[in-house]
Amino acid sequence: MAKNTLSSRFRGVDIDEYDENKFVDEQDEAAEQQGPDACEVDHLIRQGDTMTAFHIALRNPPINSKNPAVKERAQAVVLRVLTAFKSSDIEPAVKSLDRNGVDLLMKYIYRGFEKPSDNSSAILLQWHEKAFAVGGLGSIVRVLTARKSV
Amino acid sequence: MSYHSFLLEPISCHAWNKDRTQIAMCPNNHEVHIYKKEGSNWNKIHVLKEHNGQVTGIDWAPESNRIVTCGTDRNAYVWTLKGDAWKPTLVILRINRAARCVKWSPKENKFAVGSGSRLISVCYFEQDNDWWVCKHIKKPIRSTILCLDWHPNNVLLAAGSCDFKCRIFSAYIKEVEEKPAPTAWGSKMPFGEVMFESTGTAGWVHGVCFSDSGNRVAWASHDILPFKSDPAQTFLTSETLPLLCVTFITENSLVAAGHDCYPVLFVYDSNKAALSFGGKLDVPKQSAQKGMTARERFQNLDKKATTDSKEAVLESLHKNSISQISILNGGKARCAKFCTTGMDGGMAIWDVKTLESAMKDLKIV
Repeated sequence: MAKNTLSSRFRGVDIDEYDENKFVDEQDEAAEQQGPDACEVDHLIRQGDTMTAFHIALRNPPINSKNPAVKERAQAVVLRVLTAFKSSDIEPAVKSLDRNGVDLLMKYIYRGFEKPSDNSSAILLQWHEKAFAVGGLGSIVRVLTARKSV
Repeated sequence: MSYHSFLLEPISCHAWNKDRTQIAMCPNNHEVHIYKKEGSNWNKIHVLKEHNGQVTGIDWAPESNRIVTCGTDRNAYVWTLKGDAWKPTLVILRINRAARCVKWSPKENKFAVGSGSRLISVCYFEQDNDWWVCKHIKKPIRSTILCLDWHPNNVLLAAGSCDFKCRIFSAYIKEVEEKPAPTAWGSKMPFGEVMFESTGTAGWVHGVCFSDSGNRVAWASHDILPFKSDPAQTFLTSETLPLLCVTFITENSLVAAGHDCYPVLFVYDSNKAALSFGGKLDVPKQSAQKGMTARERFQNLDKKATTDSKEAVLESLHKNSISQISILNGGKARCAKFCTTGMDGGMAIWDVKTLESAMKDLKIV
Protein backbone atom coordinates (compact mmCIF):
# COMPACT_ATOMS: atom_id res chain seq x y z
CA MET A 1 0.00 0.00 0.00
CA ALA A 2 1.19 3.51 -0.59
CA LYS A 3 2.83 5.26 2.29
CA ASN A 4 0.28 8.06 2.50
CA THR A 5 -2.52 5.66 3.45
CA LEU A 6 -0.84 4.80 6.73
CA SER A 7 -1.10 8.09 8.52
CA SER A 8 -4.33 10.05 8.87
CA ARG A 9 -2.65 13.24 10.03
CA PHE A 10 -3.42 14.81 6.69
CA ARG A 11 -7.01 15.04 7.80
CA GLY A 12 -6.91 18.61 8.95
CA VAL A 13 -10.66 19.17 8.86
CA ASP A 14 -13.22 17.60 11.18
CA ILE A 15 -16.04 17.05 8.70
CA ASP A 16 -18.54 16.15 11.39
CA GLU A 17 -18.47 19.74 12.56
CA TYR A 18 -19.79 20.91 9.21
CA ASP A 19 -22.54 18.36 8.85
CA GLU A 20 -25.77 20.37 8.82
CA ASN A 21 -27.65 17.54 10.49
CA LYS A 22 -25.29 17.39 13.44
CA PHE A 23 -27.12 16.62 16.65
CA VAL A 24 -26.71 19.52 19.02
CA ASP A 25 -27.89 18.90 22.52
CA GLU A 26 -30.39 21.35 23.94
CA GLN A 27 -28.97 22.51 27.23
CA ASP A 28 -30.70 24.99 29.42
CA GLU A 29 -28.39 26.86 31.75
CA ALA A 30 -29.67 27.11 35.25
CA ALA A 31 -27.74 29.76 37.05
CA GLU A 32 -29.12 29.06 40.49
CA GLN A 33 -27.82 25.52 40.64
CA GLN A 34 -24.55 26.20 42.33
CA GLY A 35 -24.27 22.96 44.23
CA PRO A 36 -24.83 22.41 47.93
CA ASP A 37 -23.54 24.81 50.54
CA ALA A 38 -20.18 23.46 51.69
CA CYS A 39 -19.82 25.50 54.90
CA GLU A 40 -23.24 24.60 56.19
CA VAL A 41 -22.66 20.95 55.49
CA ASP A 42 -19.25 21.04 57.20
CA HIS A 43 -20.76 22.71 60.24
CA LEU A 44 -23.45 20.04 60.54
CA ILE A 45 -20.99 17.22 60.16
CA ARG A 46 -18.84 18.61 62.92
CA GLN A 47 -21.91 18.85 65.11
CA GLY A 48 -22.64 15.22 64.41
CA ASP A 49 -25.95 15.80 62.60
CA THR A 50 -25.14 13.72 59.58
CA MET A 51 -28.76 13.20 58.50
CA THR A 52 -29.47 16.89 57.95
CA ALA A 53 -26.08 17.36 56.34
CA PHE A 54 -27.03 14.53 53.99
CA HIS A 55 -30.30 16.14 52.94
CA ILE A 56 -28.69 19.51 52.42
CA ALA A 57 -25.87 18.00 50.40
CA LEU A 58 -28.43 16.48 48.04
CA ARG A 59 -30.17 19.75 47.43
CA ASN A 60 -29.34 21.99 44.46
CA PRO A 61 -27.53 19.44 42.34
CA PRO A 62 -25.55 21.16 39.59
CA ILE A 63 -27.28 19.14 36.89
CA ASN A 64 -27.71 21.77 34.23
CA SER A 65 -24.42 23.51 34.85
CA LYS A 66 -21.66 23.26 32.25
CA ASN A 67 -19.05 24.44 34.72
CA PRO A 68 -16.86 21.50 35.76
CA ALA A 69 -15.59 23.32 38.85
CA VAL A 70 -19.11 23.57 40.24
CA LYS A 71 -19.64 19.88 39.69
CA GLU A 72 -16.31 18.97 41.32
CA ARG A 73 -17.16 21.04 44.33
CA ALA A 74 -20.58 19.47 44.70
CA GLN A 75 -19.12 15.99 44.36
CA ALA A 76 -16.52 16.71 47.05
CA VAL A 77 -19.19 17.93 49.47
CA VAL A 78 -21.39 14.90 48.94
CA LEU A 79 -18.46 12.54 49.32
CA ARG A 80 -17.55 14.16 52.64
CA VAL A 81 -21.04 13.62 53.92
CA LEU A 82 -21.18 10.03 52.75
CA THR A 83 -17.89 9.19 54.49
CA ALA A 84 -19.03 10.88 57.69
CA PHE A 85 -21.85 8.35 58.11
CA LYS A 86 -21.59 5.26 60.29
CA SER A 87 -22.39 1.97 58.53
CA SER A 88 -25.52 1.39 60.56
CA ASP A 89 -26.93 4.82 59.73
CA ILE A 90 -26.72 4.40 55.99
CA GLU A 91 -29.94 2.42 55.61
CA PRO A 92 -32.30 4.84 57.40
CA ALA A 93 -30.72 7.73 55.50
CA VAL A 94 -31.46 6.07 52.16
CA LYS A 95 -34.98 5.18 53.25
CA SER A 96 -35.68 8.82 54.03
CA LEU A 97 -35.20 9.79 50.40
CA ASP A 98 -37.90 9.89 47.76
CA ARG A 99 -37.62 8.40 44.29
CA ASN A 100 -35.78 11.34 42.76
CA GLY A 101 -33.50 11.52 45.78
CA VAL A 102 -32.45 7.91 45.38
CA ASP A 103 -31.72 8.50 41.69
CA LEU A 104 -29.65 11.56 42.58
CA LEU A 105 -27.75 9.65 45.25
CA MET A 106 -26.96 6.92 42.71
CA LYS A 107 -25.60 9.56 40.34
CA TYR A 108 -23.27 10.90 43.02
CA ILE A 109 -22.18 7.38 43.98
CA TYR A 110 -21.23 6.51 40.42
CA ARG A 111 -19.48 9.84 40.04
CA GLY A 112 -17.52 8.97 43.17
CA PHE A 113 -16.55 5.60 41.71
CA GLU A 114 -14.89 7.37 38.81
CA LYS A 115 -12.15 8.81 41.02
CA PRO A 116 -11.37 6.38 43.81
CA SER A 117 -9.29 7.60 46.74
CA ASP A 118 -8.19 5.87 49.95
CA ASN A 119 -11.20 4.35 51.50
CA SER A 120 -13.85 5.98 49.35
CA SER A 121 -14.65 2.93 47.25
CA ALA A 122 -15.49 0.73 50.20
CA ILE A 123 -17.82 3.33 51.67
CA LEU A 124 -19.41 4.05 48.30
CA LEU A 125 -20.00 0.35 47.81
CA GLN A 126 -21.89 0.19 51.09
CA TRP A 127 -24.01 3.15 50.02
CA HIS A 128 -24.50 1.55 46.62
CA GLU A 129 -25.82 -1.64 48.17
CA LYS A 130 -28.41 0.20 50.24
CA ALA A 131 -29.44 2.53 47.45
CA PHE A 132 -29.77 -0.41 45.07
CA ALA A 133 -32.07 -2.18 47.50
CA VAL A 134 -34.43 0.79 47.34
CA GLY A 135 -33.99 1.99 43.77
CA GLY A 136 -33.50 -1.28 41.97
CA LEU A 137 -31.91 -1.76 38.58
CA GLY A 138 -34.03 1.08 37.22
CA SER A 139 -32.13 3.68 39.20
CA ILE A 140 -28.81 2.43 37.81
CA VAL A 141 -30.20 2.49 34.27
CA ARG A 142 -31.31 6.07 34.86
CA VAL A 143 -27.78 7.01 35.94
CA LEU A 144 -26.41 5.52 32.74
CA THR A 145 -28.95 7.12 30.42
CA ALA A 146 -29.15 10.50 32.11
CA ARG A 147 -28.22 13.30 29.77
CA LYS A 148 -27.91 15.84 32.55
CA SER A 149 -25.36 14.33 34.87
CA VAL A 150 -24.26 15.48 38.22
CA MET B 1 -49.22 -20.18 28.58
CA SER B 2 -47.49 -22.10 25.92
CA TYR B 3 -43.92 -21.72 24.94
CA HIS B 4 -42.38 -22.92 21.74
CA SER B 5 -38.70 -22.72 21.05
CA PHE B 6 -38.23 -22.12 17.37
CA LEU B 7 -34.52 -21.81 17.07
CA LEU B 8 -31.36 -20.99 18.90
CA GLU B 9 -30.86 -17.58 17.32
CA PRO B 10 -32.84 -14.56 18.41
CA ILE B 11 -36.10 -13.90 16.62
CA SER B 12 -35.62 -10.41 15.21
CA CYS B 13 -39.28 -9.76 14.51
CA HIS B 14 -42.52 -11.63 13.90
CA ALA B 15 -46.02 -11.15 12.54
CA TRP B 16 -49.18 -13.25 12.62
CA ASN B 17 -51.69 -13.80 9.85
CA LYS B 18 -55.36 -13.02 10.25
CA ASP B 19 -56.59 -16.28 11.76
CA ARG B 20 -53.42 -16.77 13.78
CA THR B 21 -52.52 -20.07 12.21
CA GLN B 22 -49.37 -18.84 10.55
CA ILE B 23 -46.49 -16.83 11.89
CA ALA B 24 -43.83 -15.08 9.82
CA MET B 25 -40.56 -14.43 11.55
CA CYS B 26 -36.96 -13.59 10.90
CA PRO B 27 -34.39 -15.89 12.51
CA ASN B 28 -31.80 -13.13 12.72
CA ASN B 29 -30.66 -13.49 9.12
CA HIS B 30 -31.67 -12.36 5.63
CA GLU B 31 -34.71 -14.60 5.34
CA VAL B 32 -38.26 -14.67 6.54
CA HIS B 33 -39.64 -18.02 7.59
CA ILE B 34 -43.35 -18.72 7.68
CA TYR B 35 -44.49 -21.44 10.03
CA LYS B 36 -47.92 -23.01 10.07
CA LYS B 37 -49.48 -24.60 13.07
CA GLU B 38 -50.60 -28.12 12.35
CA GLY B 39 -51.96 -29.84 15.38
CA SER B 40 -49.44 -29.07 18.04
CA ASN B 41 -46.45 -28.72 15.75
CA TRP B 42 -45.15 -25.75 13.92
CA ASN B 43 -44.05 -26.60 10.39
CA LYS B 44 -42.04 -24.32 8.17
CA ILE B 45 -44.01 -23.87 4.98
CA HIS B 46 -42.36 -20.94 3.25
CA VAL B 47 -38.99 -19.28 3.18
CA LEU B 48 -38.94 -15.77 1.73
CA LYS B 49 -35.50 -14.92 0.45
CA GLU B 50 -35.10 -11.56 -1.12
CA HIS B 51 -33.39 -9.29 1.34
CA ASN B 52 -29.64 -8.76 1.30
CA GLY B 53 -29.45 -7.71 4.89
CA GLN B 54 -31.00 -8.71 8.16
CA VAL B 55 -34.77 -8.35 8.17
CA THR B 56 -35.61 -5.89 10.92
CA GLY B 57 -39.37 -5.56 10.60
CA ILE B 58 -42.29 -7.71 9.41
CA ASP B 59 -45.96 -6.85 9.35
CA TRP B 60 -48.81 -8.99 8.02
CA ALA B 61 -51.92 -7.19 6.87
CA PRO B 62 -54.85 -9.29 8.09
CA GLU B 63 -57.49 -8.28 5.52
CA SER B 64 -55.51 -8.03 2.33
CA ASN B 65 -53.12 -10.85 3.31
CA ARG B 66 -49.97 -9.03 2.31
CA ILE B 67 -46.71 -9.12 4.17
CA VAL B 68 -44.37 -6.16 4.23
CA THR B 69 -40.78 -6.68 5.32
CA CYS B 70 -37.97 -4.22 5.75
CA GLY B 71 -34.32 -4.78 6.37
CA THR B 72 -30.86 -3.42 6.86
CA ASP B 73 -30.33 -3.49 3.10
CA ARG B 74 -32.37 -0.24 2.98
CA ASN B 75 -35.22 -1.93 1.11
CA ALA B 76 -38.75 -2.97 1.81
CA TYR B 77 -40.68 -5.66 -0.01
CA VAL B 78 -44.41 -6.19 -0.19
CA TRP B 79 -45.20 -9.90 -0.56
CA THR B 80 -48.44 -11.18 -2.03
CA LEU B 81 -49.54 -14.77 -2.06
CA LYS B 82 -49.93 -16.03 -5.61
CA GLY B 83 -51.07 -19.59 -5.62
CA ASP B 84 -48.76 -21.33 -3.27
CA ALA B 85 -45.85 -18.95 -3.23
CA TRP B 86 -45.18 -15.48 -1.93
CA LYS B 87 -44.08 -13.03 -4.61
CA PRO B 88 -42.14 -9.92 -3.61
CA THR B 89 -42.53 -6.40 -4.94
CA LEU B 90 -39.71 -4.00 -4.24
CA VAL B 91 -40.59 -0.69 -2.62
CA ILE B 92 -38.02 2.05 -3.09
CA LEU B 93 -37.78 3.84 0.22
CA ARG B 94 -35.12 6.37 -0.78
CA ILE B 95 -33.26 5.94 2.48
CA ASN B 96 -29.53 5.69 2.86
CA ARG B 97 -29.42 3.79 6.13
CA ALA B 98 -31.04 0.62 7.40
CA ALA B 99 -34.78 0.34 7.81
CA ARG B 100 -35.71 -0.44 11.39
CA CYS B 101 -39.41 -1.10 11.72
CA VAL B 102 -42.49 -1.31 9.51
CA LYS B 103 -46.22 -1.20 10.16
CA TRP B 104 -49.30 -1.44 7.95
CA SER B 105 -51.88 1.23 8.56
CA PRO B 106 -55.25 0.04 9.94
CA LYS B 107 -56.92 0.27 6.50
CA GLU B 108 -53.91 -1.40 4.87
CA ASN B 109 -53.68 1.11 2.06
CA LYS B 110 -50.31 2.41 3.23
CA PHE B 111 -47.46 1.46 5.49
CA ALA B 112 -44.76 3.35 7.35
CA VAL B 113 -41.10 2.41 7.64
CA GLY B 114 -38.85 3.86 10.33
CA SER B 115 -35.19 4.00 9.48
CA GLY B 116 -31.73 4.94 10.63
CA SER B 117 -31.57 7.80 8.16
CA ARG B 118 -33.61 9.90 10.57
CA LEU B 119 -36.85 9.79 8.63
CA ILE B 120 -40.08 7.85 8.27
CA SER B 121 -41.10 6.65 4.81
CA VAL B 122 -44.85 6.51 4.35
CA CYS B 123 -45.58 4.34 1.31
CA TYR B 124 -48.79 4.01 -0.66
CA PHE B 125 -49.73 2.26 -3.86
CA GLU B 126 -50.09 4.38 -6.94
CA GLN B 127 -52.60 2.77 -9.26
CA ASP B 128 -51.51 4.57 -12.45
CA ASN B 129 -47.95 3.36 -12.34
CA ASP B 130 -48.66 0.10 -10.53
CA TRP B 131 -45.93 0.96 -8.10
CA TRP B 132 -45.44 1.74 -4.42
CA VAL B 133 -44.45 5.35 -3.87
CA CYS B 134 -43.15 6.85 -0.67
CA LYS B 135 -43.22 10.21 1.03
CA HIS B 136 -40.77 11.19 3.75
CA ILE B 137 -41.35 12.66 7.17
CA LYS B 138 -38.07 14.30 8.10
CA LYS B 139 -38.52 17.24 10.43
CA PRO B 140 -37.86 17.37 13.34
CA ILE B 141 -36.45 13.86 13.73
CA ARG B 142 -32.82 13.95 14.86
CA SER B 143 -31.97 10.27 15.10
CA THR B 144 -32.99 6.71 14.22
CA ILE B 145 -36.67 5.81 14.45
CA LEU B 146 -36.95 2.63 16.50
CA CYS B 147 -40.65 1.91 16.64
CA LEU B 148 -43.95 2.93 15.04
CA ASP B 149 -47.64 2.57 15.74
CA TRP B 150 -50.68 3.78 13.79
CA HIS B 151 -53.70 5.54 15.25
CA PRO B 152 -57.01 3.81 14.41
CA ASN B 153 -58.01 6.73 12.16
CA ASN B 154 -55.35 5.63 9.63
CA VAL B 155 -53.72 9.06 9.59
CA LEU B 156 -51.79 9.63 12.78
CA LEU B 157 -48.55 7.78 13.37
CA ALA B 158 -46.64 7.55 16.65
CA ALA B 159 -42.89 7.17 16.32
CA GLY B 160 -40.30 6.53 18.99
CA SER B 161 -36.80 7.56 18.24
CA CYS B 162 -33.23 7.50 19.49
CA ASP B 163 -33.28 11.25 19.99
CA PHE B 164 -35.12 10.50 23.27
CA LYS B 165 -38.51 11.64 22.03
CA CYS B 166 -41.79 10.08 21.11
CA ARG B 167 -43.71 12.04 18.50
CA ILE B 168 -47.08 11.75 16.83
CA PHE B 169 -47.04 12.73 13.16
CA SER B 170 -49.74 13.08 10.64
CA ALA B 171 -49.24 10.72 7.73
CA TYR B 172 -52.20 11.96 5.73
CA ILE B 173 -51.81 11.09 2.05
CA LYS B 174 -54.40 12.91 0.01
CA GLU B 175 -54.10 10.47 -2.92
CA VAL B 176 -55.48 7.56 -0.97
CA GLU B 177 -57.82 8.95 1.63
CA GLU B 178 -60.12 11.79 2.59
CA LYS B 179 -59.48 14.42 5.19
CA PRO B 180 -59.63 12.93 8.65
CA ALA B 181 -61.98 14.15 11.35
CA PRO B 182 -60.51 16.07 14.28
CA THR B 183 -59.09 13.89 17.03
CA ALA B 184 -57.90 14.38 20.58
CA TRP B 185 -54.46 15.23 19.18
CA GLY B 186 -55.53 18.10 16.96
CA SER B 187 -57.68 18.97 13.98
CA LYS B 188 -55.38 20.24 11.28
CA MET B 189 -53.34 17.35 9.99
CA PRO B 190 -51.28 18.11 6.90
CA PHE B 191 -48.70 15.52 6.00
CA GLY B 192 -45.68 15.52 8.29
CA GLU B 193 -47.22 17.76 10.94
CA VAL B 194 -46.04 17.03 14.47
CA MET B 195 -49.13 16.68 16.62
CA PHE B 196 -47.31 15.86 19.80
CA GLU B 197 -43.73 15.69 20.97
CA SER B 198 -42.75 14.25 24.30
CA THR B 199 -40.42 15.79 26.83
CA GLY B 200 -38.74 14.45 29.87
CA THR B 201 -37.38 11.09 28.86
CA ALA B 202 -33.65 10.60 28.71
CA GLY B 203 -33.36 7.27 27.00
CA TRP B 204 -34.06 5.78 23.60
CA VAL B 205 -37.70 5.05 22.95
CA HIS B 206 -37.87 1.35 22.21
CA GLY B 207 -41.58 0.74 21.89
CA VAL B 208 -44.69 2.82 21.36
CA CYS B 209 -48.38 1.94 21.30
CA PHE B 210 -51.68 3.74 20.79
CA SER B 211 -54.65 2.57 22.81
CA ASP B 212 -57.65 1.14 21.02
CA SER B 213 -59.50 4.45 20.94
CA GLY B 214 -56.37 6.29 19.89
CA ASN B 215 -56.71 8.82 22.69
CA ARG B 216 -53.86 7.44 24.69
CA VAL B 217 -50.32 6.62 23.83
CA ALA B 218 -47.68 4.86 25.88
CA TRP B 219 -44.05 4.41 25.07
CA ALA B 220 -41.24 2.43 26.62
CA SER B 221 -38.09 4.41 27.10
CA HIS B 222 -34.81 3.16 28.44
CA ASP B 223 -35.33 4.70 31.82
CA ILE B 224 -39.06 5.06 32.38
CA LEU B 225 -42.45 4.19 30.97
CA PRO B 226 -44.30 7.36 30.03
CA PHE B 227 -47.94 7.52 29.22
CA LYS B 228 -50.01 10.27 27.72
CA SER B 229 -53.72 10.47 27.93
CA ASP B 230 -55.12 13.81 26.96
CA PRO B 231 -54.48 16.05 28.70
CA ALA B 232 -52.49 14.43 31.47
CA GLN B 233 -49.07 12.98 31.01
CA THR B 234 -47.68 10.63 33.58
CA PHE B 235 -44.83 8.24 33.80
CA LEU B 236 -43.69 5.37 35.87
CA THR B 237 -40.05 5.02 36.80
CA SER B 238 -39.19 1.39 36.59
CA GLU B 239 -37.25 -0.61 39.10
CA THR B 240 -36.36 -3.25 36.60
CA LEU B 241 -34.20 -3.51 33.55
CA PRO B 242 -35.34 -1.42 30.59
CA LEU B 243 -38.53 -2.34 28.75
CA LEU B 244 -38.34 -2.92 25.02
CA CYS B 245 -41.93 -3.28 23.88
CA VAL B 246 -45.31 -2.20 25.13
CA THR B 247 -48.89 -2.79 24.09
CA PHE B 248 -52.34 -1.92 25.40
CA ILE B 249 -54.54 -4.86 26.31
CA THR B 250 -57.52 -2.82 27.41
CA GLU B 251 -58.04 0.92 27.43
CA ASN B 252 -56.52 1.14 30.90
CA SER B 253 -53.99 -1.64 31.06
CA LEU B 254 -50.66 -2.12 29.39
CA VAL B 255 -48.38 -5.07 29.10
CA ALA B 256 -44.71 -4.34 28.58
CA ALA B 257 -41.67 -6.58 28.40
CA GLY B 258 -37.98 -6.15 27.98
CA HIS B 259 -34.62 -7.20 29.21
CA ASP B 260 -36.07 -8.75 32.33
CA CYS B 261 -37.45 -11.62 30.27
CA TYR B 262 -40.97 -11.52 31.65
CA PRO B 263 -44.01 -9.40 30.71
CA VAL B 264 -45.24 -6.90 33.24
CA LEU B 265 -48.68 -5.44 33.65
CA PHE B 266 -49.29 -1.73 34.27
CA VAL B 267 -52.62 -0.23 35.14
CA TYR B 268 -53.65 3.38 34.51
CA ASP B 269 -56.08 5.00 36.87
CA SER B 270 -57.76 7.86 35.06
CA ASN B 271 -59.19 9.37 38.25
CA LYS B 272 -55.79 9.76 39.79
CA ALA B 273 -54.06 10.18 36.41
CA ALA B 274 -51.40 7.78 37.58
CA LEU B 275 -49.77 4.72 36.17
CA SER B 276 -49.05 1.91 38.56
CA PHE B 277 -47.33 -1.42 38.48
CA GLY B 278 -49.89 -4.20 38.20
CA GLY B 279 -47.85 -7.34 38.50
CA LYS B 280 -45.31 -9.63 36.98
CA LEU B 281 -46.99 -11.84 34.39
CA ASP B 282 -44.89 -14.91 34.65
CA VAL B 283 -45.62 -18.15 36.40
CA PRO B 284 -42.26 -19.51 37.33
CA LYS B 285 -41.94 -23.20 37.70
CA GLN B 286 -41.85 -24.01 41.36
CA SER B 287 -38.53 -25.74 41.58
CA ALA B 288 -38.17 -28.05 44.51
CA GLN B 289 -36.57 -26.14 47.32
CA LYS B 290 -34.06 -28.57 48.59
CA GLY B 291 -32.17 -27.71 51.70
CA MET B 292 -28.61 -26.55 51.39
CA THR B 293 -25.93 -28.75 52.75
CA ALA B 294 -23.16 -27.19 54.78
CA ARG B 295 -20.72 -27.97 52.00
CA GLU B 296 -22.84 -26.11 49.41
CA ARG B 297 -23.17 -23.14 51.71
CA PHE B 298 -19.43 -22.95 52.14
CA GLN B 299 -18.90 -23.32 48.39
CA ASN B 300 -21.32 -20.49 47.70
CA LEU B 301 -19.59 -18.32 50.22
CA ASP B 302 -16.28 -19.05 48.59
CA LYS B 303 -17.39 -18.58 45.00
CA LYS B 304 -20.03 -15.89 45.20
CA ALA B 305 -19.54 -14.31 48.65
CA THR B 306 -23.13 -15.03 49.51
CA THR B 307 -24.98 -17.73 51.36
CA ASP B 308 -28.01 -17.53 49.10
CA SER B 309 -29.20 -20.67 47.47
CA LYS B 310 -30.44 -18.88 44.36
CA GLU B 311 -29.03 -20.40 41.23
CA ALA B 312 -27.93 -18.36 38.29
CA VAL B 313 -30.72 -19.80 36.16
CA LEU B 314 -33.58 -17.59 35.10
CA GLU B 315 -36.91 -18.72 36.36
CA SER B 316 -38.98 -16.98 33.75
CA LEU B 317 -40.49 -18.57 30.67
CA HIS B 318 -38.28 -16.68 28.26
CA LYS B 319 -34.60 -17.20 28.83
CA ASN B 320 -33.47 -13.97 27.25
CA SER B 321 -34.78 -10.49 26.57
CA ILE B 322 -38.23 -10.18 25.05
CA SER B 323 -38.09 -7.95 22.00
CA GLN B 324 -41.64 -7.90 20.63
CA ILE B 325 -45.19 -8.30 21.90
CA SER B 326 -48.15 -8.80 19.60
CA ILE B 327 -51.86 -9.11 20.32
CA LEU B 328 -53.43 -12.35 19.14
CA ASN B 329 -57.08 -12.16 20.08
CA GLY B 330 -59.42 -9.45 21.14
CA GLY B 331 -57.61 -6.44 19.72
CA LYS B 332 -56.25 -3.67 21.91
CA ALA B 333 -59.57 -3.15 23.61
CA ARG B 334 -60.13 -6.52 25.16
CA CYS B 335 -57.10 -8.61 24.52
CA ALA B 336 -57.52 -12.26 25.35
CA LYS B 337 -54.19 -13.59 24.21
CA PHE B 338 -50.87 -12.04 23.38
CA CYS B 339 -47.62 -13.40 22.11
CA THR B 340 -44.02 -12.52 22.92
CA THR B 341 -40.84 -13.35 21.04
CA GLY B 342 -37.36 -12.77 22.17
CA MET B 343 -33.68 -13.14 21.86
CA ASP B 344 -33.83 -16.72 23.05
CA GLY B 345 -35.45 -17.82 19.79
CA GLY B 346 -38.67 -18.78 21.51
CA MET B 347 -42.24 -17.65 21.24
CA ALA B 348 -44.63 -17.68 24.16
CA ILE B 349 -48.39 -17.30 23.98
CA TRP B 350 -49.99 -15.83 27.07
CA ASP B 351 -53.63 -16.22 27.93
CA VAL B 352 -55.02 -13.26 29.81
CA LYS B 353 -57.78 -15.22 31.51
CA THR B 354 -55.45 -17.87 32.92
CA LEU B 355 -53.02 -15.18 34.04
CA GLU B 356 -55.78 -13.35 35.84
CA SER B 357 -56.83 -16.44 37.70
CA ALA B 358 -53.29 -17.58 38.38
CA MET B 359 -52.23 -14.34 39.99
CA LYS B 360 -54.80 -13.52 42.58
CA ASP B 361 -54.13 -9.85 43.07
CA LEU B 362 -53.72 -9.11 39.40
CA LYS B 363 -56.42 -6.78 38.18
CA ILE B 364 -56.81 -5.99 34.54
CA VAL B 365 -59.09 -3.01 34.42
